[in-house]
Parts: sequence; structure tokens; C-alpha cells
Amino acid sequence: MKLDLDKIDIPFLKAPPHEARLLPEGRMAGPMPWVIAIIMFLTILSAAAGLSLARSATGLDADLAGRVTIQIVEANPQKRAAQTAAVEKELARMTGVQSFRRVPDAEVSALLQPWFGAEALDEDLPVPTLVDATIDSTAPGAFATMRSAVVAVAPSARVEAHAQWLGPLTRLLGSLTFLAWMLVVLMGGATLSIVVLAARSALNTHRETIEVMHLLGSTDAQIAQLFQRRIALDALFGAGLGLAAALITMLLLRGRLAAVGSELLGSVGIGWAGWLFLLLMLVVSAGLATIAARTTILSALRRIL
Amino acid sequence: MSHIIQFENVGLRYGTGAETLSDITFSLAKGGFYFLTGPSGSGKTSLLKLLYLSQRPSRGLIRLFGDDMVTMPRDKLPMYRRRIGVVFQDFRLVPHLSAFDNIALPLRVSGVAEKDIDHTVREMLNWVGLGDRASARPATLSGGEQQRVAIARAVITRPDVLVADEPTGNVDPDMAARLLRLFEALNQLGTTIVVATHDLHLLNRIPGAHIMRLADGHLPDPTGTLRNPPLREPVAV
Repeated sequence: MKLDLDKIDIPFLKAPPHEARLLPEGRMAGPMPWVIAIIMFLTILSAAAGLSLARSATGLDADLAGRVTIQIVEANPQKRAAQTAAVEKELARMTGVQSFRRVPDAEVSALLQPWFGAEALDEDLPVPTLVDATIDSTAPGAFATMRSAVVAVAPSARVEAHAQWLGPLTRLLGSLTFLAWMLVVLMGGATLSIVVLAARSALNTHRETIEVMHLLGSTDAQIAQLFQRRIALDALFGAGLGLAAALITMLLLRGRLAAVGSELLGSVGIGWAGWLFLLLMLVVSAGLATIAARTTILSALRRIL
Repeated sequence: MSHIIQFENVGLRYGTGAETLSDITFSLAKGGFYFLTGPSGSGKTSLLKLLYLSQRPSRGLIRLFGDDMVTMPRDKLPMYRRRIGVVFQDFRLVPHLSAFDNIALPLRVSGVAEKDIDHTVREMLNWVGLGDRASARPATLSGGEQQRVAIARAVITRPDVLVADEPTGNVDPDMAARLLRLFEALNQLGTTIVVATHDLHLLNRIPGAHIMRLADGHLPDPTGTLRNPPLREPVAV
């Protein structure tokens, strides 16, 4: 099927008929729109991954900020109960503690059951007491102060900040986000290279026409206008196609992620601002392609008198 | 202004080779009719390229319409080119455009409104006897027809200077006479005409025209009339 790009009605990109006739149909189109479509498809997916990972990392940071788990690891049940009570009393007294909750024994048993089995969790197996607390993470030294205070009243207590043990995960998310944006930048560069090659190829194809127009008194801007309009249309078509394919892929993936039912994966998303950003990439890529085409053509024209 | 074109000690060299044109000095009067003759390889086409601003000289001074073209910034040159009509030896028609669009090209380049183009171009097509070939592409036209389209394109804007390289080389004697009458008519309107030709019959048809003979890239001027052409009225038809 032959696509007639000039029949796509975008007023500001529509060349007057006599200008359209100067560059015959189909010659400019070539593989460029299709290559741009493929690159745009990958770019949008990378950008979506970048947005999603950045959002997940931010969400994780927000979730983990200030969250602390205190384990009372004491084999003697009486001592454990006493230290737990002392910890609860100390936490209630501290101003930097926003909230705390002793995790009920039944909940702790439920957590351990997959590993030890129901029978093993009898009275003889010492299970640590867990206390979840949220401290004011913005206060400097809040965690250290709280840990010192807890350990002072409960020598068997182990105090762990959630951010500490999930740190590698957030750092991994950060690296993956950076990688995704690097891919977007690289693919943007690839798109511009394709446009430059296409513009040069178009100039070679239409060299005779350009020379004639030049000798008849055409300005560089007049000649560049002919090409940049067509290239913009090709780029817009390719980018639109790539964007559409990427959006369909993302919607399918979203369905699959939802089906997994994981809390972590379920939080993956880009938000409405992300969707808007992806749509904006279509306009930006077409605009950059037009600028690249114009710059290439003007630079080539400057080499002739 | 009496002299529309002035060359002073102009030399042209392609790359590092010998000079194709050496010490060319002449002045063309506004409204004059000039033939440029000389054997093949004498530099006629190179001289015309300098005239229609396709090349800059390697040395010397060229003034067109009173302005120095050697130092003129290139972004100013299109405005000068629009005042010069050119009939190329190889026609240089745009192959995918119709005869109509080829002839209309200089008008469109100059920004003439589309509504004013149709009538002007059709009149010109009729004048060169191609009224019924308006939509024909160059490949479907004979050599003579292509040449007529090229001439129509060169004169459609009524340029100040018309430069023609062998403009009657592919047409029959009747059409050659007819085209020459067009040049004369343009000359009557004040256009300076420069025609490069081998055709001696053509030279005799315009008795008042100056003849410039190029030989080995030089332009001998023993009588000095090319340096100081008499101020004259356009040639009589």
C-alpha cells in the first residue's frame, strides 16, 4: 500500500500545489518515516520506563522515609515482654516519633509460617517481638537518637531503618532511570542523524532542481522551505506511528502487570503528566527533525555560490 | 547609468589549472545587443557563467547594475540573479515539471501571486508556439520545443539582462528568426541582450549588435569599443 503523505491535511505543513510539484511525490518519503517510527517506538518505551522507574523510586523513598522496625531479640519471654514494654514507653515519650505500633504476635507468626510451618511455631520457639515506628525523617540525627534511646532501655533490641535495607533497590531504580533517559537521548541523536542523512539524500536527488532554482534567484530559505516542510511531515508521520505503537504496547503491558497482582509491580505507572510528556515528545521530535533538516540544507546550500 | 555590466581584468581559473579566462575587460551598455562568439573551448560558457552569477572570478572586478559582484555577500546575489534571464545551452528544465510550471518558475521564485501567473505564462506559451503543450513534461518535448520553453522561462520576468547560450541551436530557421524577434522586442523594451552563438547567420540578422570574439580565454579589443562602448539606443527592429 502506498501512503500519500501529502494527503495528510495539516494546514501549516501543507505546501502550495506548485511547491509540492517541485519535489515529486514519494521521492522524499523513502525509508525515513519508517525508521523514525521504529526509533520513536523504542524512544517512547524508554521514556515511559524512565518516567515509571523515577516515579517508583520516588514513591519508594516516600514510603520508606522515616519507617523503622525494632526487633526485641530476647529468648526469655519475660525479659522480652519487659523490654518490649520499656521500648513502647520510650517511643511514646520521644517527640521525634510520629507513630509506632507493636506488630501483633499472630501477625508475626503468619509471617514466619511459610518458613517454619504451623507446628514449629509453638511456645518453645522464641520469636522476636516487632515494633514498627515512624520517625520524623527530616529531623537531623532522628534515627540515631531514637536507636540510642531504644537500646538504652532494651539491650536486646535491633533497630533497622527500612531505607537502609531497601537502599540498594532504590539505587538500582535510580541507575535504571538514568539508563532509560540515556537511551532516550541516544535515540534522539539517532533520529536527528536519520533526518540529516535523509536531507542530504533529498538534496542529491533534487540537485538539478535546486541548481536551476538557485540560478533563477531562489534564496536559500526558499529552497530549504521546500525540503523542511516535507521532512517535517515525514517525521511527524513516523513519530506518530511509533508513538501509537508504543502506547498500545504500554497499555498491553499495563494489563499484564495488573494481572500479576504484585504490590511493587502494581505501583508501576507514569501518571497523567507522564502521558502528556510522551505526547509532547511527538511534537518535539517533529520540531527537532525540521530544525535538523533546515540546518543541514542551509549548510549544504552555502557551499554553492 | 550607461554601463549595466563591467568587467575589468577578469580572470577565471578552475581549481589549480590554467586560467580559462584571462584579462577580460569590457563594458556593456544598458539596452545593448551583444553577440559572444568564438571557437569551442574559447571560454564562452565560462564568461556567461560569470555574467549570470554562477561563478565568482579568480581575479578582477565585475560590476553588475553598478554594484561590485566580486565582494557582494552571497545572500544578496539572488536579488541580482532575478534581474538576469538565462537560456542555458542544455536548457536545464526541471524534468518533473510541466512546460507551464517550468516557465512559471522565475515568477514564483520572485513571489508573483498565483492569480497573476496563469495569464502571463499562457501568453508566453502561445508566443513560443507551445500553447497546446502547457502540461507536457520536458521528456515528451522535442529538443526545439525544450529550447523554446527554456527561452520562455528566461524572458518571462522581462529581465534587465538576458544571457543566452546557443539559444537557437536546436530550432529550425523559422523558429530561430521568431525567437530572435522576441529578443529584439525585449531589447526594444530596454533589456540588455548577450547571446553566445556559433551561428553566423544570426550575427547578420541584428546589424546594430556588437560582436565580442573570444579566443583562448582572451577577448581582443583592438578598436577599444568593448572597453568604451558607444552609448546607444536599442537596436532598430
